[in-house]
Amino acid sequence: MVSYQEADTQQRGFVARQNGQTARKRWALLCAVVLAMACLSVASSVLAGDPSGANTGGIADVTAAEAGKPTLEEVAAQAGHNKISINIMWTLITGFLVMFMQAGFAFVETGFTRAKNAAETMTMNFIVYVIGMTGYWICGYALQMGGVGAVASLGGTPGLDSEFTISVFGKDFGLWGQSGFFLTGNAYDVGVFALFLFQMVFMDTAATIPTGAMAERWKFANFCFFGLFMSMLVYPLFANWVWGGGWLSQLGKNFGLGHGHVDFAGSSVVHAVGGVAAAAGAIVLGPRLGKYTKEGKSVAMPGHDIPMALLGTFILAFGWFGFNPGSTLAGTDLRIGVIAVNTMLASASGCLAAMLYMWGTTGKPDPSMSANGLLAGLVAITAPCAFVNSVSAFIIGAIAGVLVCVAVLFIDQKLHIDDPVGAISVHGVNGVWGVLSLGLFADGTYGDGWNGVSGPVTGLFYGDASQFLAECIGSLTCIVFVFSMFYAFFKICDLIWGIRVSEEVELEGLDIPEVGALAYPEFSIASAHGFGASMSGTGSGGGTRQVAAQGLRVRMEEV
Amino acid sequence: MKKIEAIIKPFKLDEVKEALSKEGVQGMTVSEVRGFGRQRGHTELYRGAEYVVDFLPKVKIEILVEDEKAGVVADTILNAARTGRIGDGKIFISPVEDAVRIRTGERGEEAI
Repeated sequence: MVSYQEADTQQRGFVARQNGQTARKRWALLCAVVLAMACLSVASSVLAGDPSGANTGGIADVTAAEAGKPTLEEVAAQAGHNKISINIMWTLITGFLVMFMQAGFAFVETGFTRAKNAAETMTMNFIVYVIGMTGYWICGYALQMGGVGAVASLGGTPGLDSEFTISVFGKDFGLWGQSGFFLTGNAYDVGVFALFLFQMVFMDTAATIPTGAMAERWKFANFCFFGLFMSMLVYPLFANWVWGGGWLSQLGKNFGLGHGHVDFAGSSVVHAVGGVAAAAGAIVLGPRLGKYTKEGKSVAMPGHDIPMALLGTFILAFGWFGFNPGSTLAGTDLRIGVIAVNTMLASASGCLAAMLYMWGTTGKPDPSMSANGLLAGLVAITAPCAFVNSVSAFIIGAIAGVLVCVAVLFIDQKLHIDDPVGAISVHGVNGVWGVLSLGLFADGTYGDGWNGVSGPVTGLFYGDASQFLAECIGSLTCIVFVFSMFYAFFKICDLIWGIRVSEEVELEGLDIPEVGALAYPEFSIASAHGFGASMSGTGSGGGTRQVAAQGLRVRMEEV
Repeated sequence: MKKIEAIIKPFKLDEVKEALSKEGVQGMTVSEVRGFGRQRGHTELYRGAEYVVDFLPKVKIEILVEDEKAGVVADTILNAARTGRIGDGKIFISPVEDAVRIRTGERGEEAI
C-alpha cells in the first residue's frame, strides 16, 4: 500500500509519460498531413483544374447546335442573351439592396422615437414590407406597369401592354394599367418578374415613410389598412402616370414640355408620395400628447437610441446604391457609374450642409439633423442623378441639407405638425426639390429619347425651361393627388374607427397594448418626454407598471 | 445600527466602493436614481425644441453599519465622492430597527 504522496507521484509520472507519447503521436500525424499536402500540390499542377481562370469560359460555352463550332447567328444570339442577362441580374441585385432599406427605415424611425414604443414602431416598419408586397402583387403592379409596354433592357416584358387611356384635348391621357394582376397570364415572364421585384421595393419605400411621421400614436390596425391603400391604389396610380407610360410622362410628347415629367429614380414617385402621405396622416392624427404647450411652444421628445438611428441612415445610404443606379434597369447602361457617384456626393453635401447649419445656429453639430441632412441629399438627388454632373449633384445635396433643417423647424414650430422623425421634411419637401432641381440642372448629356421625346434631358440652366415647367406640373399633381387621397382616407377611417390610440395607451407606450410585446422588458425605463413616467418589468410575470404622469405635469408647467 | 444612504455622482462609484472596502465595509446596495438639489439642470436643444434636463442621473449607495462606525463611514464616502463642484450629492444617516440575514436567519448586528 503506497502512501498518498507516493501514489500521487507515480500517477503524475504515468500521466507525464502518457502525455509525452500522445505528443509524439500528434507530431507524427502533423508531419504526415503536411507531407500529403505537399504531394497533392505538386500533383495538382498536372491535374485538370484551372486556378487562374484563363481557360474557363470559351468558345465551347457558346450555345450552338455543334458544340465548339458556333455560327455567327449563334454567337450573336449568345451576345444578345448575355446583354439581357446582365440587365436582369443588375435589376434584381439592385432590387435586393433597396429591400435592405426597409431595415434602414426601421432603425431610423425606432431610434428617433421613444423606448416605450420601440417594439410597435419596429413592427410597423417590419410588417409594411409584407403587406405592401402582397397588395402590390394583387393589383398594384398591374395598375402601375400594366401598360408600360416593352421594357427593352429586360428582354421586352411581354404582357404589360394594356393601359386605360382617356382622350382630352385630342391627346391621350394614360391613367392606369390593366394587365399583370397576380403576375398571371402573359405577365408570367422573367423580365416582368424582375421588374416586379424592383418596382415593389420602391413602392415599399414610399409605404414605410409615413410610419415615421405617424409614430407613437397610430393604431396598428389602421396602419395595416393604410399599407394596402398605398400599395394597391395611390402609389400605383401616380407611378403609372410617371413611369408606367401615363399622362405625366407624356407631357413632352403631347404638349412639348421637355421630356414630360421626368423622375429618374423616384424623388416624386417614391419620396414625395411618401412624404405627402405622411403629412396628411400626421395632420389627421394630431400631435403626440404634450408635444405642444398651450402657448404654442414645441416640447422636445428625444429619440431613445441615436446610434440606432444613425446606423439606419448608413443602411439607407448603402441601399440607395441600389435605388439610383438600379433605375437604369440595365447593367449595360454605363451611366450607372455617374449615377452612383452623384448619389454619393449629394448624400455627403446634404449631411455637411445640415451639420454646419445646426452647428452654426444652435452651437452643436446635431447628429439627428445631420442624419436627416444626409437622407435629404439622397432624396433630392434621386430624380436628377442620371442627368446632372457632379458639381450640380453636390449643390443639389447641399441645398437639400439646408432645406431639411429649415423645413423641420418650420413644420414643427410654425405649423405645429408633429413629425417625430422629420419624414415630411426629408421626403416630402426634398422629394419636390429633387424633381425641380432636375428641371434646373439637367445638363443634356443623357436621356436621348426619354418618354418618347428625342434629344437628351435638359434643364433650365442648360437651355430648356419647358422641362422645369413639366417638373412643376408633376410636383403639383403629386401634392394635390396624394394629399387629397390620404387626407380623405385617414379622415374617413378616423370617423368610422378612430385611427389614434387612447390617451392611456399613448402615455403607457404602444408596445403592449398594440402589439403585445415589450421592446425592453428587462429595463426600467424613465420616459414620457424622456423623464417622469416609468415602466418596469420583472421578467416572466410581466411586472408592475406605473405610469407617473407627474413628470408630465411638471414638464408642461415648467415649459 | 445605522443606515447610510449616499447619493453621489455615478462616475464616483468605483472610488467610493474602493474607499469603503479599505474601511472594512463588507456590503452595499447600489441603485441608479435621478434627482436634483439646488443644482437644478440646464437647457438643451433637440431638433430646435428646448428641453430642460433637470433630473440628473445619480447613484444611491445604501449601507448598514454599527452605530460607532457611522461617522467614519460617512466621512469616507464624503472624501471619496467629493469633486468640489455642484451636484456632488448628499449623505443621509438614519437609525435602523433591525436587520436579518436571509440565509441563516441571524438578526441584529450579526446580520450586517
